[in-house]
Amino acid sequence: MADRVYQRIVASRLRGRLAYPTSFVLDVLGQAIGQMIELIVILVLFTTVSSLGGFRPDEVMLIYGMASIAFGLAHVTAGQVEQLPEYIRTGEFDVMLLRPLNTLAQVLTADVELRRLGRLLVGACVMAWAVGHVDVEWTPLHVLIAVLAPIFGALILGSIWVATNAISFWLVDAREFANAFTYGSNFSTAYPITMFGPWLRGFMCFAVPSAFVAYFPTLALLDRPDPLGLPEALRYASPLAAAAAILVAGLIWRSGIRHYQGTGS
Amino acid sequence: MIIETDGLRRDFLVGTRLRRRRVVAVRDVTLNVAPGEAVGFLGPNGAGKSTTIKMLTGVLVPTSGSASVCGLDPVRERRELGKRIGVVFGQRSQLWWDLPLEESFDLHGAIHKVPAARYEERLEECVELLDMTSFLRTPVRQLSLGQRMRGEVTAALLHSPELLVLDEPTIGLDLASKERLRSFLSAVNARGEVTLLLTTHDLPDVERLCRRVVVIDHGRVLVDDELSTLRRRFAGNRTLVVELTAPAEALAGLTGVVDVQVEAQGMRQRLAFGAGTSAAELIAEVARRVELRDVTVDEPSIEDLVRTLYASSRPA
Repeated sequence: MADRVYQRIVASRLRGRLAYPTSFVLDVLGQAIGQMIELIVILVLFTTVSSLGGFRPDEVMLIYGMASIAFGLAHVTAGQVEQLPEYIRTGEFDVMLLRPLNTLAQVLTADVELRRLGRLLVGACVMAWAVGHVDVEWTPLHVLIAVLAPIFGALILGSIWVATNAISFWLVDAREFANAFTYGSNFSTAYPITMFGPWLRGFMCFAVPSAFVAYFPTLALLDRPDPLGLPEALRYASPLAAAAAILVAGLIWRSGIRHYQGTGS
Repeated sequence: MIIETDGLRRDFLVGTRLRRRRVVAVRDVTLNVAPGEAVGFLGPNGAGKSTTIKMLTGVLVPTSGSASVCGLDPVRERRELGKRIGVVFGQRSQLWWDLPLEESFDLHGAIHKVPAARYEERLEECVELLDMTSFLRTPVRQLSLGQRMRGEVTAALLHSPELLVLDEPTIGLDLASKERLRSFLSAVNARGEVTLLLTTHDLPDVERLCRRVVVIDHGRVLVDDELSTLRRRFAGNRTLVVELTAPAEALAGLTGVVDVQVEAQGMRQRLAFGAGTSAAELIAEVARRVELRDVTVDEPSIEDLVRTLYASSRPA
């Protein structure tokens, strides 16, 4: 209903950004290089080992590509929430409360950082390469999983962005805390979870559902039993994990707003 | 009533977890404003003006008491209320910094779903009355403060709100900009379409715009009355300023005069006189004793009035 409004808001933000094309190109490039460093680390690892947590290089690339696309999408759509402490500090958040619009949607569309496309770009390239090299039988179900996994992954990661940054409603500036989860997820989703210890694995599967971003969908694509013996249903559970993440993030955001209206300045 | 509050109270917890202290920003504000009114909301810094306004606009939840604005609960029906009121905060902007003013208006209109025809009409009128044609294409960040405030007020009015809340709208403006804004707001309010609630430290704003004044201090309503009534009750003396053709001693023994000050080496004298004395009779009496070059009568200023009010509110 009000989506046309957000279209116009986003379009106006884009016009502002594209007014400086050179800095736009450099920004995108910078982010892409940042994302590639992670990739280079993986490639270097593979010069000394032949498999990571039981996965071959092309398979790890598949996980990495899927995770990077998901992260890139989440970063583009939900990344703006990291400016929340700034909006609260300057009083801009009060102005948002005065508008007849949803506050979260306003925060997310308050600006568009096109440089975030850089990560998406790298993810897409790696994914394309991996799809060409992995040993996957491309049945319709597998194609569907490959297409949808990054989208559900983005919903999961976007929810993590919102939920952790909403802590700023209680603490003055929770950005560093949030960064550990948001940018940290970029790292944790990109590897097979078999690499991590059991405690961290449990955390990634169920507390912060980052294993559902790329690891489980990749198992589905490879048609391989889980090396850890986790139930097979989990590999198709990304939509459920996304729904749960959105719900939790929404609840945290809502109680954050209520807390803010109860605090003020 | 467009604004109805009952025993509005707002506490803040301040300090660290170990040394929490409860501060009462608004103790007890009961306020009724009828549609079409123009109310000046005054008080010293920290009196609770902004907190009250934030509770009326849905930004803050009251600790206790109730508020109804345009018949809505400001917090529970925040978004609906947003369509029906306009708010201008002198110190924060609702415009988009990097957009030309015109595009900011356009977005604002879209957010409030203003029908195209009404939007055009409203905008044209504001642009003309506030003389904004020359800077409509200028990005907001390049506008002067005076230009930006004209933009803020326009944005707040584009969706034809029933209530316009202005929190220090003239702060930092030069005299000409203040005057332009005041006469515009006064004209808008006079048409009876929009109710004004205005906080300001600039008392001429109140004088120009408001018939009614609400003064709060320490979170309570101190005075709520017509400006003219307050003048009569609190302001006390008027001053007759007489310019003489030749220096003279202080004029003593004039009927009703309570204080005489001599200025400009006896060429000018300021005669303070009480409410029971007629200025015309006093002038006649002075004219019989000295030769007058010019006379003026100073009304008690609203600054004096407010000073008296604040002083009376503090325990002696």
